[in-house]
Amino acid sequence: MELIQQLINGVSLGSIYALIALGYTMVYGIVKLINFAHGDVFMVGSFVGFYSITVLDLSFVPALLISMTVCALFGVLIERIAYKPLRNATRIAALITAIGVSLLIEYGFIYVRGAQPEAYPSDVLPTDKFNIFGVSINSQSVLIFGVAVVLMIILQIIVHKTKIGKAMRAVSFDADAAKLMGINVNNTISATFAIGSALAGAAGVIFGIYYIKIEPLMGVLPGLKAFVAAVLGGIGIIPGAMVGGLLLGVIEALVSAAGYSLWRDAVAFIVLILILIFMPQGLFGKNKKEKV
Amino acid sequence: MTTFKRAKGFWLSISLSLIFFAVIQVLIGGGSLNPFYQNTLMFIGINIILAASLHLIIGVTGQFSIGHAGFLAVGAYASAIMTMKLEMPFVVALIVGGLVAALAGLIIGIPSLRLKGDYLAIATLGFGEIVRIILLNIDYVGGASGMQVSHLTTWPWVFAAVLVTIIVIRNFTSSTHGRACISIREDETAADSMGINTTYYKVVAFAIGAFFAGIAGGLYAHNFYIIQPSNFGFLKSFDILILVVLGGLGSLSGAVLAAILLTVVTTFLQDYPETRMIIYSLVLIVMMIYRPQGLMGTKEITSMFKRKGGSSHENKNTAA
Repeated sequence: MELIQQLINGVSLGSIYALIALGYTMVYGIVKLINFAHGDVFMVGSFVGFYSITVLDLSFVPALLISMTVCALFGVLIERIAYKPLRNATRIAALITAIGVSLLIEYGFIYVRGAQPEAYPSDVLPTDKFNIFGVSINSQSVLIFGVAVVLMIILQIIVHKTKIGKAMRAVSFDADAAKLMGINVNNTISATFAIGSALAGAAGVIFGIYYIKIEPLMGVLPGLKAFVAAVLGGIGIIPGAMVGGLLLGVIEALVSAAGYSLWRDAVAFIVLILILIFMPQGLFGKNKKEKV
Repeated sequence: MTTFKRAKGFWLSISLSLIFFAVIQVLIGGGSLNPFYQNTLMFIGINIILAASLHLIIGVTGQFSIGHAGFLAVGAYASAIMTMKLEMPFVVALIVGGLVAALAGLIIGIPSLRLKGDYLAIATLGFGEIVRIILLNIDYVGGASGMQVSHLTTWPWVFAAVLVTIIVIRNFTSSTHGRACISIREDETAADSMGINTTYYKVVAFAIGAFFAGIAGGLYAHNFYIIQPSNFGFLKSFDILILVVLGGLGSLSGAVLAAILLTVVTTFLQDYPETRMIIYSLVLIVMMIYRPQGLMGTKEITSMFKRKGGSSHENKNTAA
């Protein structure tokens, strides 16, 4: 029973990783950039959600929507200011910029607001516990998982059924050809950042409700782990990020359950190194040959 | 003739640096330098070693590694165990620290150097975090509360280590092996097809870089009274990375200059850590947008004194 309990915890954590990983994987798929600042967009989303709930006195759904909107705008802003001038620069230059942007957001935020942590109010979502076959399940975990699944379904619909989704797929397949076909590549890239950042914002609110404590540097570790999840599922592949996130959450919960909770953070990186060595294309990816 | 000239320049710079050493030593002995300046001087020395060792990996060989604090941590803890637990002399501790870090470089280097670019960056970042978490969980070295270390780092040690590091890395870079590493940086596929064993040279660069980072770790550990795993997180790796990026990816003298400059800036901003990080990150972003090759590019400071059209072989390409 303990094991099933841990699995449920793992799935809740995993759905947060999955939501963040989606942003990584979409951005990587379209501009081949590891957006290090993504974890910090997640942090900003969490704080926007916190202030909407405490200061504006909103309930869960409006807070979630406000946080997603703010994060979408924030993501587009980051892309336009920092990444767009580097569209044709080397990948290493872009990566260094991304690290710089990430640190700028973290320490700019601390500078403006201070480093003190905040606690989410505990009455945002009902916290009933109910028993199924002797396993006690928190209604919060069910709701969180439900929200994550709904967002992922909406994402799938956007990517596969709408015009902007088609443009996104075209640009990630071949940006030059897409441009020749009359697709506005810049707007498509901005839309990708907007959608990815909105998902990170949602993940931030969910994280706050589930783990209560939020602070300005909270985005670093979940951000890195979500990247591991994206690599695990095959970077650039949307269903891969979902599966990778859930899998990573479950692995971490199982490691904690086995009594090695202090090693939990190391496990994600060991998974990363193993997957990069033995299966660099990820679980869902196809092996690409390099052309000279 | 050119060999003779180069040798002359080499001995000239060695004697100049020895004079510099003697002057500082006399100032410290005479009590003209207060402990604050002495400490800044130690930090500059340690940062120069770190910048030079990372320069070998990123600037010369073109392997983007952002887990350098991991090697620093391995060297720091290994040498601290040597002096504190096994009561070995400091010089043995420094060398053991370097060797253990080089071993760590080999262990991480051999598997992860099959990766390129962003993937390698993330793998090295993961390595740095794994080292930190392992140290956090070993009770022998004190876990999260850290380890007491006696203060052994003095100016002659730091100076000797800096001198050896710079000579070795400079000579390595201009040797056959160094040229092979540069060719990997410029185009790995082309280097491979010219018969260069790219994996071998990448691992060698990693191991040498890690060795010197380990020695810097030994000096770093014995400069404080306590070392903790939290000193060696991602931010420490970032501190080292910015030295190399600011100085110019591929310029040893650039890395050294950036190490001196940024250590002084850091000392002045010690009471405002947020401001410091904001300045650092803005410098990185603006630099990448307007001057991605860094302050010096791949040029060395000595090439400024050479006549144009001389025997110098300027490399117009950048590592980035």
